[in-house]
Amino acid sequence: YDRLGLGPRFLEKGVTWNTGRVFAGDAEAYAFDLLPEQGHAYPAFVNLQQYYAEEWLVEACAATGRVDLRWRNRVAEVENRPDGALLTVETPDGAYRLRAEWLLACDGARSGIREALCLPFVGQVFRDRFLIADVRMDLPHPAERRFWFDPPFHPGRTVLLHRQADGEWRVDFQLDADSDPDEERRPERVEARLRAMLGAAVPVEITWASVYTFRCRRLERFRHGRTFFVGDSAHQVSPFGARGGNSGVQDADNLGWKLAAVLESGAPDSLLDSYDAERGPAADENIRHSARSTDFITPKSGAALAYRDAVLELAEKHALARPLVNSGRLSRPTVLSGSPLSTPAGAPLAALPAGSPPVDAPVLRDGQPDWLLRHLNPEGRFTLLAFDETGLRAPAAPPGVSLLVVAEREAAPGRRFPGVLVDHSGLVARRWGCAPGEAVLLRPDGHVAAGFRAPTPEAVRAAHARALGNPAVAAAA
Amino acid sequence: MTTLRTDPRLADPDGFYAALMEAHRGLGDAASRRLDARLVILLANHIGDDAVLREAIALARATGGGGSPAAPVPGANPPRV
Repeated sequence: YDRLGLGPRFLEKGVTWNTGRVFAGDAEAYAFDLLPEQGHAYPAFVNLQQYYAEEWLVEACAATGRVDLRWRNRVAEVENRPDGALLTVETPDGAYRLRAEWLLACDGARSGIREALCLPFVGQVFRDRFLIADVRMDLPHPAERRFWFDPPFHPGRTVLLHRQADGEWRVDFQLDADSDPDEERRPERVEARLRAMLGAAVPVEITWASVYTFRCRRLERFRHGRTFFVGDSAHQVSPFGARGGNSGVQDADNLGWKLAAVLESGAPDSLLDSYDAERGPAADENIRHSARSTDFITPKSGAALAYRDAVLELAEKHALARPLVNSGRLSRPTVLSGSPLSTPAGAPLAALPAGSPPVDAPVLRDGQPDWLLRHLNPEGRFTLLAFDETGLRAPAAPPGVSLLVVAEREAAPGRRFPGVLVDHSGLVARRWGCAPGEAVLLRPDGHVAAGFRAPTPEAVRAAHARALGNPAVAAAA
Repeated sequence: MTTLRTDPRLADPDGFYAALMEAHRGLGDAASRRLDARLVILLANHIGDDAVLREAIALARATGGGGSPAAPVPGANPPRV
């Protein structure tokens, strides 16, 4: 979002939080801090209602002048052909046919395009229902995520509470599997649950409430010729850990630059196969984590219940049990290990392994405080991140790759090379595991494609070519 | 690579067994079950070695009555969709 210029808006409107607290019964089992280290431009998490993100993205699309958003247009039929997809689109004014050379199905968990192509969407259903409500209320709580197991105000079940923008709180109540969704959604019922939780004194305004069951499912393959499934249409998770929307955004970020490379720079079509090769395992990771969380939160056998409660009993006084308390593992960008686009390190490097997402750190630019991530991947290009003592020496970057130099220190007090970032705190070198002379090639989505102990033009060219889906060229080099 | 030790190592097997039974004394089924679970977690943490723990789990599973897939409890297993 920062690369799209929306980062500051998210920060300003959203609610920032780093810490969470987990309660068992009426005692705190433990607390965690998602970003215990300082020195990142952005906090670990920002809570923001999805409709804000959507609104700003629509504005950003309009600002490019290159996006034609057609509202109230529904894809009714799809014919997937080798050279593109033929769609029948229904609108209030009638239907029309549309030929798409490339079709990205971003139509969510109930994807009509996926249904139209009769693709199996398989996985697991969790039978317990959850009541989720947005409540406007004035609570003295700080902005931290709070999760309760078996609180006195909702015995034997779980509750999640966290703050959103506009003075609204999101609250999740676990319900029985056989509870009646229509009954539970009624404002009086929701208010009664909130009263039990907060007492009579706090005025509450329920702005929205709904009842969900959760599923973890995925398509076997995300690419079907010229049709790609992105986000919930490809994979669905239970919400514990904020993995659904976030992984969808990462899907889009993964596919976007690859499509651009194929359409504009002559990259081979096979580059697009790497979308499935990379995001499939990412979906598996998200499904694994959210399924495990859901199993802990809604144990389904005598053994599961005994162990879940045993962990909570131990966790209050014994730190050893706290890592087992699973109220949701908050999502982190997936490391794309084993990606076919990565170049394996020739010699062992301390650097971030290939496939890692980039890590932020504070830097100085022209003597002014700045952030490393702001300067990666300008205009959606590959970046060669090179480390040097002062920035005097830098490797050459091949065509299509931007060079970004990080210097240990200024050449002399006040004397600096233009565009060079000075690692004044040493955190860039420490977090990236790089020393002067070494370099890292980053793809347009920021993930590491290759690390170099002493980059040669041939090695960088070969890694760049491989990251664009050209293994044959890399082998020749 | 360490593996699970299955040679007899308890210096006082009867003493250990009695201590375990004493720990369960007066507990109902659910409480007893949770005690066993807490004990497993405490001992697992003490052992720490992931390979050893997985070996122990596999061995315990294989030597129980009905060693392979347990009979499903009605409603316990989430249905595949």
